[in-house]
Amino acid sequence: MFDETIRNMLIDGTWATLYMTLVSSLFGYVVGLPLGIILAITDKEGIKPNAVIYKILDFVVNLTRSIPFLILLIMVMPLTKAIVGQSYGSTATIVPLTIAAAPFIGRMVESSLKEVDKGVIEAAQSMGAGTFTIIYKVLLGEARTSLLVGVTIAVGTILGYSAMSGVVGGGGLGDIAVRYGYYRYETDIMFVTIIILVVLVQILQGIGMMLSKKLDRRRA
Amino acid sequence: MEPIIRVENISKTFQANNGQVEAVKNISFSIEKGDIFGIIGLSGAGKSTLVRCLNLLEKQSEGNIYIDGKNLMKLSSKELRKQRQDIGMIFQHFNLLMQRNVVDNICFPLEIAGVGRKQAKKRALELLETVGLTEKARAYPAQLSGGQKQRVAIARVLANNPKILLCDEATSALDPQTTKSILNLLKEINQKYGITIVVITHEMAVVREICSKVAVLDHGRLVEEGTVEALFGAPKTEEAKQLILNTYA
Repeated sequence: MFDETIRNMLIDGTWATLYMTLVSSLFGYVVGLPLGIILAITDKEGIKPNAVIYKILDFVVNLTRSIPFLILLIMVMPLTKAIVGQSYGSTATIVPLTIAAAPFIGRMVESSLKEVDKGVIEAAQSMGAGTFTIIYKVLLGEARTSLLVGVTIAVGTILGYSAMSGVVGGGGLGDIAVRYGYYRYETDIMFVTIIILVVLVQILQGIGMMLSKKLDRRRA
Repeated sequence: MEPIIRVENISKTFQANNGQVEAVKNISFSIEKGDIFGIIGLSGAGKSTLVRCLNLLEKQSEGNIYIDGKNLMKLSSKELRKQRQDIGMIFQHFNLLMQRNVVDNICFPLEIAGVGRKQAKKRALELLETVGLTEKARAYPAQLSGGQKQRVAIARVLANNPKILLCDEATSALDPQTTKSILNLLKEINQKYGITIVVITHEMAVVREICSKVAVLDHGRLVEEGTVEALFGAPKTEEAKQLILNTYA
C-alpha cells in the first residue's frame, strides 16, 4: 500500500513510540513509586503520619498535574536541552514525559496502597514489623494487583502523551501523524499511525490485565 | 510473683471532630502468668482500645503498662518491636495476607523475626499440624472458611512462641459451632504452652467457656473484676448483671 520509505518510517516510528513510552514509564516509576509510598504512609491514616511532608508532596503533585502536558512539554524545553542536548526527537521527549508521568504515577501508587486493609497492617505491627517491612511485604505485596492495573493505565497514558509530543517534533508515531496528516493532508498515513497506536494500547492493556489477574489470590 | 501484665491507671483520650472522647478511663488490673483473662463489655465500652494498649498499638494518654515487669513506655521503638514478638494478637477479621498462601502467612512473623526461609517453612508446617490444617498448606485465605482462617491466624501468632496472646473479638465473626472449636484450640494452647491469654469479647458465653478471670468494662471504666464463678454467681454491679441477663435473654 505504501512504498518502502513510508513503511520503514512507520516501523521506526512504532519503535520510537515504544522506546519513549517504556523508558518514560520506567523513569516515571523510579520517581513515582517512592513518591506514592511516601504519600500513602505520611497521610494521617498512614503508618507514619506526617502532615508537613504529606502537604508539601500533595501540593507539588497537584501543581504538576494541573499543567496540561502540551504546555509542560514546551515549558521544560530548556531543561530537556540541558539534559539531552536537544529539545526534539524521541530521547528528548523522555524528559517531559517523565516529569508528567511521575506525579500521576505517584497518585496511583498512593491510592493502590491506601486500599490495603488496615487490619492486615495492624496485624503486621502487632508482630513487631517495622515501617520498611510493612511497606515492602504488606503494602506492596497486598496491593500488587492494583499496582499492576496502575502500571497498565500509566503506560497507556504515557503512550498517549508521547503521541502528543509530535506537535513539537517529539518523534514517534505522533510526530508522523502530525507531519503527514496535519501538514501534508496525507490522511491515509495518519490513519495507519492511529491503527498502530490503538493496537499498541490494546496489547499493553491486555498484557497488564492478564498479569494482574494471574497474580490475584483474593478470589477463591 | 510479678504478674505477667500489670496495667496501672491507664486512660486513653481520642481527639474527635466534636471534642475529646475518653475511651478508657483510669483502668488498673493485673493478669497472672498462665491465666485466661476475659475483658467483657458492650461495643463502645473501650475493650478494643484497652487491648491495643497492651502491645502499644494504641498509646495510652496516661498511666503505665508493665509486661513481665518491663514498662512498655520506657522501651525504644526497636525494643518495642522485639517485645511485640512476645505478645501475639489475633483479630475478629483474621487479618491474613490475602496474596500469600497459608504457609507463607505463617512464615510472615518468622521473616520479621529474621528466621531463615527453610527453617521458617518447617516451623510453619509444624504449626499447621497443631491447628489441624495440614491439608490447606497451599491454599489461599480466600479459599478458606472463617474458622479455618482463624486457625491459620492462630498458627501464625504461635510462630514466634509468644508469652501472651491477645484475642480481639476472635470468635465474633464465627458461628457457634466454629466458636466452640476455636475456643477449645485456645484452651489447648494455654495448657500446652502455658501462654497467657487475654480475651476481648462482648459474648458472655465465651468468657464462661474459657476464662478463669474476668473484668467488666462499661463506658471506658472497669466496673467489676474477679473470677468467672464469682461474676456469674453473684455479680456485684448493675452492668455485670445486665451483661449476664443479655446472654440468656
